[in-house]
Amino acid sequence: MALDPSTVARIAELARIDVPEGERSRLALELSHILGWIEQLGEVDTDDVEPLRSVMAIERPWRPDVADDGERREDVLANAPKTHDGCFVVPRVIE
Amino acid sequence: MSYRIAGGTGEWEIVVGLEVHAQVTTASKLFSGASTAFGGEPNTHVALLDAGLPGMLPVLNARAVEQAVTTGLGLDAQINLLSTFERKNYFYPDLPLGYQISQYQEPIVGRGALLLDLPDGGTKSVGITRLHLEADAGKSLHDRLADETLIDLNRCGVALMEIVSEPEIASPEEAVLYMRKLRTILRYLGTCDGDMEKGNLRCDANVSVRRVGERTLGTRCEIKNLNSMRFVARAIDHEARRQVDLIEAGGAVVQETRLFDSERGETRSMRSKEEAHDYRYFPDPDLLPVQLTQDYVDRLKASLPELPDTKRLRFMADYGLSAQDADALVAERATADYFEVTAKGRDAKLAANWVLNDLFGQLAASGRTIEQSPVAPAQLGALLDLIAEGTISGKIARDVFAAMAVDGGDPAAIVEAKGLRQVSDTSALEPIVDRLIEDNPAQVESCRKNPKAIGWFTGQVMKATGGKANPQLVGRLLAAKLPRAE
Amino acid sequence: MNELLGLSITQAAARLAAREISARELTLAHLDAMEAYRSLNAFITETPERALAMAEASDGRIGRGEAASLEGIPIGMKDLYCTADIPTTAGSRILAGFVPTYESTVSANLWDAGCVCLGKTNLDEFAMGSANVTSHHGHVTSPWTRAGDNAALVPGGSSGGSAAAVAARIAMAATGTDTGGSIRQPAAFTGIVGMKPTYGRCSRWGIVAFASSLDQAGPMTRTVADAALMLQAMAGFDSKDMTSADHEVPDWSGLLKADVRGLRIGIPKEYRVDAMPEEIERLWQRGAEWLRAAGAELVEVSLPHTRYALPTYYIIAPAEASSNLARYDGMRFGLREEAEDLTRTYMRSRAEGFGAEVQRRVLIGTYVLSAGYYDAYYVKAQKVRRRIAEDFSAVFERVDALLTPTAPSAPFRIGEKMDDPVAMYLNDVFTVPSSLAGLPGISVPAGLDGQGLPLGLQVLGRAWDEQTVLDVALALEEAAGFATLPYGLGEAP
Ligand SMILES: [Mg+2]
Ligand SMILES: [Zn+2]
Repeated sequence: MALDPSTVARIAELARIDVPEGERSRLALELSHILGWIEQLGEVDTDDVEPLRSVMAIERPWRPDVADDGERREDVLANAPKTHDGCFVVPRVIE
Repeated sequence: MSYRIAGGTGEWEIVVGLEVHAQVTTASKLFSGASTAFGGEPNTHVALLDAGLPGMLPVLNARAVEQAVTTGLGLDAQINLLSTFERKNYFYPDLPLGYQISQYQEPIVGRGALLLDLPDGGTKSVGITRLHLEADAGKSLHDRLADETLIDLNRCGVALMEIVSEPEIASPEEAVLYMRKLRTILRYLGTCDGDMEKGNLRCDANVSVRRVGERTLGTRCEIKNLNSMRFVARAIDHEARRQVDLIEAGGAVVQETRLFDSERGETRSMRSKEEAHDYRYFPDPDLLPVQLTQDYVDRLKASLPELPDTKRLRFMADYGLSAQDADALVAERATADYFEVTAKGRDAKLAANWVLNDLFGQLAASGRTIEQSPVAPAQLGALLDLIAEGTISGKIARDVFAAMAVDGGDPAAIVEAKGLRQVSDTSALEPIVDRLIEDNPAQVESCRKNPKAIGWFTGQVMKATGGKANPQLVGRLLAAKLPRAE
Repeated sequence: MNELLGLSITQAAARLAAREISARELTLAHLDAMEAYRSLNAFITETPERALAMAEASDGRIGRGEAASLEGIPIGMKDLYCTADIPTTAGSRILAGFVPTYESTVSANLWDAGCVCLGKTNLDEFAMGSANVTSHHGHVTSPWTRAGDNAALVPGGSSGGSAAAVAARIAMAATGTDTGGSIRQPAAFTGIVGMKPTYGRCSRWGIVAFASSLDQAGPMTRTVADAALMLQAMAGFDSKDMTSADHEVPDWSGLLKADVRGLRIGIPKEYRVDAMPEEIERLWQRGAEWLRAAGAELVEVSLPHTRYALPTYYIIAPAEASSNLARYDGMRFGLREEAEDLTRTYMRSRAEGFGAEVQRRVLIGTYVLSAGYYDAYYVKAQKVRRRIAEDFSAVFERVDALLTPTAPSAPFRIGEKMDDPVAMYLNDVFTVPSSLAGLPGISVPAGLDGQGLPLGLQVLGRAWDEQTVLDVALALEEAAGFATLPYGLGEAP
């Protein structure tokens, strides 16, 4: 699967990574190279195979419904670039 | 219930499917131990996971699973013994992980049904497509700072059930009936408080229109976040008319997400978020597939409470109530329970009347819920017993009830304290009757012509006894002493 | 070299217990080494003051007879483990200035066991790499050089800082994380022991996630016995991680024995890959001979889907990573590059915060999950992954462990294999299959190549059977008698 620069732009937008226009062709080549190599998987017959769900059969009880966490606003906000009145401050969200 | 929109080119019908987000009643969040309590200072009900800090992992809340399965059973739905949590990936500041943990390909609950109780006494079944568990997002506060947005994560991670209906709802009224009935069932099950004001029951409506007789579905629009019953009806009605007008004017409906502007009473397109959503769902590798046993499901099934549909039929059969009274009594489990305690061993219809008229009137006037009623059902029952025994009349009972509603207390004690006991003693009433007949010959005379004139004497006896005279006894005395009309 | 730096954990523990040395002395010797070898860039954050305070506390506990299993042992902590009040970077600029208020479960377990924290070791950014050249904090240099050549070599990756620190005798042990070989490959490159336990053995809570279905914590030490001791302290059920297994942790250390008599050891024929140096092939045969001589039965086995493991891994790991790394968005912690609007702020922060390899993998991961490609890539990969896991299950019906080389090449120069990502990915060809199957594996230093560089052998075992893996590794270690120090280490400090 060869990726073109516009596809790179689309997935970069989805991944929220700024990829300047000048770099898209180079990245398209690099990613196409990797994807081309990955595509050898097509050789494996997986017609009757269920996709793996979890690698280890781990059985465990779920969490009991107890409110034993939270009430730690200092920890939650400790590394915030910007806060106001106990809230995170982020660039304006346009609805 | 036939609902038609008369357009310029003919009649139209509407097709509605509802997606309801119901907050699961739990103490802690779906994947963290933070409290689900409503309100609170910003970011105080937040675990490190809810803030998406590095290395934090989700751990599934057992109660949330139980509640979802219970709800599925209450909706007569298929319970999927294997379901999967997936990540729905998108960037938004109120979504700290960068993905919502939800169920996509394999929801915990599959197909079910909800029975609508139509105003004409009939019912209509609406299919449930699925119910899945997912985590709520946080809250963005846009109006506190001029150029920036504040983020409060208290709601972030709270467990929601998304309940999706089939597109089988045919009018705004049916949509409201659906919401009401769903709310009733959720509250019976104790799986969601159903408080739309607090946002723990929210509704998205998928609306399309088609000409009457047409079989294929029209293009639909999704109206987001309807947060009151009234808005559900108004938004659907408006949206359907907008679509009809659009098509009749030669236009076409564009599939899109719309918002309901409750002030203007209209829907409008949400800012074209047309950067083609691509959520890249995949199974969350931090969470194992949810594996249930049939035994687990059976145990929950065995502990289901009696649900409103069953209860309604039983009330009609066992207590001889009308469909209307039964509907009103079963709408809330607390009301139904109240009624049953009151009615037990007594005249059920009389009990129903007292609950629906006197008690509801009193609660409405004082702004209380039935749980906060100052009159306990056993006390109301005792009041009904006083009537049945002839200790007080129905009319005096209303005064006693009013006193109970203010100060609480035992009705018999109130009757004693206020001296309201009914006078059923012939020797006490006879002199009063005799005196009245003696003093009012003209009224006596009129009884010969008009049998209803006897009512004047009844009224006078009641007045003279402060309403405490036993009406049956008074009637008998008067009938014996007054001349009869010919 | 200070003779204390030559001790294994087992030896040091005995001398600490006998009060022949103090934890403070031991820690000071290692802090000196840390300074002397700072040019290796093995640490991102050094914590000498904390180390001394912890050592003194250890001395106190030893004095009171309250010593825990690793009391007073100075270790390096991979900077992927969140450590309370110590900056945690994951080797990325995007976590610049991030100081957790919480401690990962595994690091907490080690501090509870008495370990002394020397600092946070360097790594490939978000553990994505096999040479420790993608760290925002600069590459790590291996303490090893080729005979007669001073060119700087890679320590392997992603746990390259941990590997270099343990190999250079800066730390007695260090923690690593292994997603596709990130403990075992750098261990092999630096002549030390590195072990990845069964998926689910160690809690992932508090460790910066790369690929959740693969990530496992594990120890990096200089001996197999030390690996058993370390893993013993690290492992255990954690209710904060749903993928952590509620299995009892056996007394690996106490039960450890070099006795492989009667064990059946499989030699997977698919691990003879093209272009593998002769020397590695020979070392592998020699390893098999050692085990045979020690009484094991050698069996050739087949893992037919081996060659598809790497491409499978390079779908699943980037897919999970693309989602795991979405939280690094500049909103609640870490780097924020303000731009004209919200979307641009996201895009600038992540472009400035992530290095080239991380960006590449996030983009690949985003692509393979995107609409229209999900089934062809991600679902396909999970199907092949099942096939790979089934290959191992079938083989482990017949054998008790597998013996393979750890890496297909000797350590290479910094800067080599940089222009072709796929060439770099091939480093993990022998470690990735068992990672996909969640199985335990260990790399043991087994010899030197013609240029005097260390080579490792890998032992793989059944799920939850770390004991057999450790026992076979111990037998190899005894037979190999690997005692070579990195070239030139003798002179310092
Ligand atoms: Mg929806
Ligand atoms: Zn939803």
